[in-house]
Amino acid sequence: MKKVIVFLLMCIPGLVVASGGGAKLEHVQIDAKDLESLKRGADLFYSYCSGCHSTKYVRYERIATDLNLAEAYVKENYMFNTENLGEVALSSMPADLSKGWFGTTPPDMSLEANLRGEDWVYSYLIGFYEDESRPFKYNNHVFKDVGMPNVLEGLKQELGEEKFKAAVTDVTNYMAYMADPVKVEREALGIKVIIFLFILLIPAYLLKKEYWKDIH
Amino acid sequence: MKQIVDSVMDWVEVRLPVSKLYKEHLANYYAPKNFNFWYYFGSLALFVLVNQLVTGIWLTMYYTPSGAEAFNSIEYIMRDVEYGWLLRYLHSTGASAFFIVIYLHMFRGIMYGSYKSPRELVWLFGMGIYGVLMAEAFFGYLLPWGQMSYWGAQVILSLVGAVPIVGDDIALWVRGDYVISGVTLNRFFALHVVALPIVLLGLIAMHLFALHEVGSSNPDGVEIKEKKDSDGIPLDGIPFHPYYTVKDIVGVVVFLIVFCTVVFFFPDGGGIILEPPNYEPANALKTPDHIAPVWYFTPFYSVLRAIPNKLGGVIAMGGAIAFLFVLPWLDRSPVKSMRYKGWMSKVALASFVVSFFILGYLGMQPVTPGKTLAAQIFTFIYFMFFFLMPFYTTMEKTKPVPERVTG
Repeated sequence: MKKVIVFLLMCIPGLVVASGGGAKLEHVQIDAKDLESLKRGADLFYSYCSGCHSTKYVRYERIATDLNLAEAYVKENYMFNTENLGEVALSSMPADLSKGWFGTTPPDMSLEANLRGEDWVYSYLIGFYEDESRPFKYNNHVFKDVGMPNVLEGLKQELGEEKFKAAVTDVTNYMAYMADPVKVEREALGIKVIIFLFILLIPAYLLKKEYWKDIH
Repeated sequence: MKQIVDSVMDWVEVRLPVSKLYKEHLANYYAPKNFNFWYYFGSLALFVLVNQLVTGIWLTMYYTPSGAEAFNSIEYIMRDVEYGWLLRYLHSTGASAFFIVIYLHMFRGIMYGSYKSPRELVWLFGMGIYGVLMAEAFFGYLLPWGQMSYWGAQVILSLVGAVPIVGDDIALWVRGDYVISGVTLNRFFALHVVALPIVLLGLIAMHLFALHEVGSSNPDGVEIKEKKDSDGIPLDGIPFHPYYTVKDIVGVVVFLIVFCTVVFFFPDGGGIILEPPNYEPANALKTPDHIAPVWYFTPFYSVLRAIPNKLGGVIAMGGAIAFLFVLPWLDRSPVKSMRYKGWMSKVALASFVVSFFILGYLGMQPVTPGKTLAAQIFTFIYFMFFFLMPFYTTMEKTKPVPERVTG
């Protein structure tokens, strides 16, 4: 019986691997603990993205705390339509108008990195190519006939291919942070919890052994 | 001081037999001494249940059950409520853990024939718990009000429409609307947090009372009550408390190490516990590319899709669950445990488990002709385990069962 069970358990990884596939995406290496990268990503996000895209679950105050930024800096660079740090970051663009301009209202970006995955976000942002048939003359490798114009083209020209990809990595990192802002805290707490449980296992096991020593 | 405590205890004892209950269910409840690894999952199921109840109560304090606010309130819990993320991850991971624990607990029952006489009622109550648990999970999964919540519920409820004549009316009655809407969300919330937990607790009480009446089985399938000492205590029995309480504490700690690793490091379970499309709010006008139920339903979902006819698929899916209920009457073997059954039973159980895993995997995948064929083959094997059971359990040669448990 044991052999059968072991065999079955061995089958599981094979099944999981077999479930891969889908669109070909560029892999991005990001680090949720890299505050410098997150700050650069936030700088870019609030310069290039937040004009159209709201992040209605992300509060400015939380950004300042989590990214270790001065409140004055956040107010100056990220907040364009409110003075209240407790507010969430909303685009000033009226939804009905933007729908007319782009064919669809630019979606909220708070959870985008969880919804599509980090690799997708990165591949999308570097995935624009020229296509005369589209209204904004650009199409995208991972999002066919996308409504969004290639807003990062200027940045790409300015920085060059290499540095542009690094900048997009920072934006991706920031978007992953927005989707899962508690990740660093969660993992730090998790390590403590697991260590505690391993320590707790010792007396629990010894107690069991002590009680059971007479049972044969 | 001791006198006061004693007199209070006596006063209570006369009015409510606390110590009698304590003795019957813990201190003088004799369990076989040869429980192995597979016997941890009963107490673990109880542990996970408590986790679900406690985290669930706290989540309801912050959750808003309405079509307009449900999704927002989940993000409010995740971001603005102190340790709200922990409550939610404990609850969402707990749901998956509940099914893992229950599936292993059921597998134990099947492997060692725990359902056989005199424990048929224990098995039936247990299956009732499993059924209610599936309903509980189904209703709960709508509450985050994401795309997968919405469309998953839409697909499952549309199955009711396959019932001839009254099907569509029943689906309409359950939804309270022509599509899944805020009305549906509110009633699912009521069922998830009030109605079903009450039923679940009742069934668990019955499951345990029935178990403690007949006593636990064991890996040998030997009835320990048949060999008693002069005091009437089973020779192979040990009091549940303290022996199995201290043993189960070890089980709980080991379980928590695994569970907390998922909660703190992989809370979305690679897209299996929390599916990526659920990070987008429910939208009745936008169907996701690929709709799949949560992993614990996928074996049955595969059975449903394997049958080309909708009504036939629904019947097969119901049958895949219903056959489990009647296992005690399908198994005609003179022995309980797989240890003493013949090779046919072992092959049958192994193929059943393999087909359950493969059907579960296929249920998560988009349909292709090859995968549908695979699902049909393994659905066939799944059902053969039940259909042929009365035959292979009587035909095969069993090994002699020992007089006493073997450890």
